[in-house]
Amino acid sequence: MKTVYKKPESMTSATTIYCPGCHHGIAHRLIAEVIDELGIADRAIGIAPVGCAALAYDYFNIDFSETPHGRAPAVATGLKLTQPDRVVFTYQGDGDLASIGAAEILHLANRGFNITTIFINNAIYGMTGGQMAPTTLEGQKTTTTPFGRDLQIHGHPMKVSEILSQTAGVAYIARGAVYDPKHVMETKKMIKKAFQNQIDGKGFSMVEILSTCPTNWGLSPLDAVEWLKKNMEPFYPLGVKKDIDQEQ
Amino acid sequence: MPKGKVVIDKEKCKGCELCIAACPKKVLGLSEDFNTKGYRYSTPLHPEDCIGCGFCAMMCPDVAIEVYREE
Repeated sequence: MKTVYKKPESMTSATTIYCPGCHHGIAHRLIAEVIDELGIADRAIGIAPVGCAALAYDYFNIDFSETPHGRAPAVATGLKLTQPDRVVFTYQGDGDLASIGAAEILHLANRGFNITTIFINNAIYGMTGGQMAPTTLEGQKTTTTPFGRDLQIHGHPMKVSEILSQTAGVAYIARGAVYDPKHVMETKKMIKKAFQNQIDGKGFSMVEILSTCPTNWGLSPLDAVEWLKKNMEPFYPLGVKKDIDQEQ
Repeated sequence: MPKGKVVIDKEKCKGCELCIAACPKKVLGLSEDFNTKGYRYSTPLHPEDCIGCGFCAMMCPDVAIEVYREE
């Protein structure tokens, strides 16, 4: 029988710490599949964030650095400058990238430095217990916004991909989702392009992935998918936000 | 229709049901018993209907599913 699907070589057989139905696992798998397909496992370096994905180095069969609290772009810059032949990517959540690491990612994008970023947006802080994130939607209840996010008090949800796509240095920014097979395939294409851009020396590329957090949203994994489609997707529209290949 | 086969590592499965929702042929369902982590795991309840499309594996966050298809 022909093998249709098996575990990518770039993933270890470790069981993840993620909750049932968490989309982190799907995002990890897509990155590993892309690394396998591009044949860059021996020269890829991943940078893990703070949050649930802090232990990502356990799940990938490639070199990894753990750089919490939004500083992944700084360490990625250093690694890429000293070892230009390596393929360096950061894997960051919305708390890590959009809050504590907002300055780092903005300057990385504006410099247009040749690095790939995978940004997981689940509109909440996962590991620390479901507090409001910069990406939390208006009216969304979290442990720090028990009556829902109030725009007058807490400010507006941050559209990171749209903001970063306005900076001159960016080569490619796209937003995908992984809640059904169609979107998994589309998002994998986006991730592959973001890695290929780095190999081709085109500059900073980022893929934002809308993700569920069933535990902190207080929903079952399948209800969380419906919540994402109904609430997150209209506010964070999917698609390519900037692509220098299309502009030329 | 091609004939397929799914192999699920029950100890890796956390019973999130994303694969069950993704299966176009409704092959998969939750087990009656539990794995050592205490989850009811996904298992092929109607393996004869599997067409080996791979959608279940594509949705699995825990890389617990392998899919095969007859040539």
